[in-house]
Amino acid sequence: MRDRPWILLGLVAFLGLITFPIWYNQAAGTTSAAPELQKAVKGDTCIYPTDYMRASHMDVLMRWRDEVVRNDKRLVKIGDKTYNMSLTSTCMDCHTSKADFCDKCHNYAGVKPYCWDCHVDPALLKGGAGERAALRAPGGQHVD
Amino acid sequence: MHVLPALITVLLLVAAGYAAGRIEALRFFFGAVVPLAAVAVFLGGIAWRVLRWAASPVPFRIPTTCGQQRSLPWLKHARLDNPATGWGVLGRMALEVLLFRSLFRNTKAELHAGPKLVYSEEKWLWLAALAFHWSFLIVFLRHLRFFMEPVPAFVLALQNLDGFFQIGAPVLYWSGVIILVALLYLLARRLWDPQIRYVSLFTDYFALMLLLGLVSSGLLMRYFTKVDIVAVKQLAVGLITLSPVVPAAVSPLVFVHLFLLSVLLAYFPFSKLVHMPGVFLSPTRNLANNNRARRHVNPWNYPVKVHTYEEWEEEFRDKIVAAGLPLDKE
Repeated sequence: MRDRPWILLGLVAFLGLITFPIWYNQAAGTTSAAPELQKAVKGDTCIYPTDYMRASHMDVLMRWRDEVVRNDKRLVKIGDKTYNMSLTSTCMDCHTSKADFCDKCHNYAGVKPYCWDCHVDPALLKGGAGERAALRAPGGQHVD
Repeated sequence: MHVLPALITVLLLVAAGYAAGRIEALRFFFGAVVPLAAVAVFLGGIAWRVLRWAASPVPFRIPTTCGQQRSLPWLKHARLDNPATGWGVLGRMALEVLLFRSLFRNTKAELHAGPKLVYSEEKWLWLAALAFHWSFLIVFLRHLRFFMEPVPAFVLALQNLDGFFQIGAPVLYWSGVIILVALLYLLARRLWDPQIRYVSLFTDYFALMLLLGLVSSGLLMRYFTKVDIVAVKQLAVGLITLSPVVPAAVSPLVFVHLFLLSVLLAYFPFSKLVHMPGVFLSPTRNLANNNRARRHVNPWNYPVKVHTYEEWEEEFRDKIVAAGLPLDKE
């Protein structure tokens, strides 16, 4: 009988917690708009259809990694075109900006791919000598 | 056997979700209206159940005592299994809610040759239940990445921890594997043991299979068929900001997942799944055993008309005196 305030407190706390994402989005001014990506700087079509790439590009990249790193095979034929199986040379030849292409959706979906544990964003390499030095510094990313 | 009806029901729900995802005219209804209605039923239903429980009278302390109650100083008091104070109850409830202490006491009885009845410990149910509930919590919290933009740091940290071993891409989350294995065990357990099968009802199988459908559709999308995750997040954010959109790129499998979730949410407050809030309101767990230390008066006791000895003596004083009987009050 004397526990009723506690029960009500618990119920209110539960409702507050479960609806927290609503207030969070309200405060952040979130809308259901999709992130805007950098347009490919060249080419009309991607190596595979866009729908497939949107959902399954990670499969392609993992396949490429295995072929290149484990089987020492560098070229792949898709349709009548031959591509170099390389993230930074092939993919990022058209989608040049990691920040404006890769990161947009990955940040949106809360995905942190470990591509960049080894690969370096090409934009960083084009930077000034200072940035390159920073990359070579102990603890920085290894540049080859 | 209740298992087949449950299986068929869940398969029908899966088919309904899939069909809704393929039929253009139904996509908005099943992608926006049904989930929002389900959430409303869930929240309203939970509140209704809890308020009704809160209104129920609990006049006396009825804790199940699982240890020595507080007594003389030289008797060791089981503070958590027979708590005498609010703090003890808090500890007991924490163990119950977080670690399922009651389930840990689960035993099984077997009849051996002789005939001899043998009781033994049975911890698998406890382990599977614990594995299921904790992974479900982690999976639930991880899903906030679809509903919150920007994705909060604690969700990212949880993902990092869950995918610690960085197996494959998308990274394998252990909670997803554990929840599937635990659910399969909990289902197999009901089918395997004749005694448990005998006491299993439609609702037992239905809840398990609904969760299995929900989990497997999620795992299927993440690790096998793959879906356009940005479109999924647009859908999710649209739902939670109450301005629903159903992008064309959302795959029918997402509709299966969403529809099973909607059914689970709407079913939740009216089924045994409501043990989620219910565990906090179990009078056999959440009351301190101070029945002997303190007097508990039933607050709605009917006002009983009493006639005390003093009043009686006063009423018949002259007669008692005349009879020469002793009086309490001269």
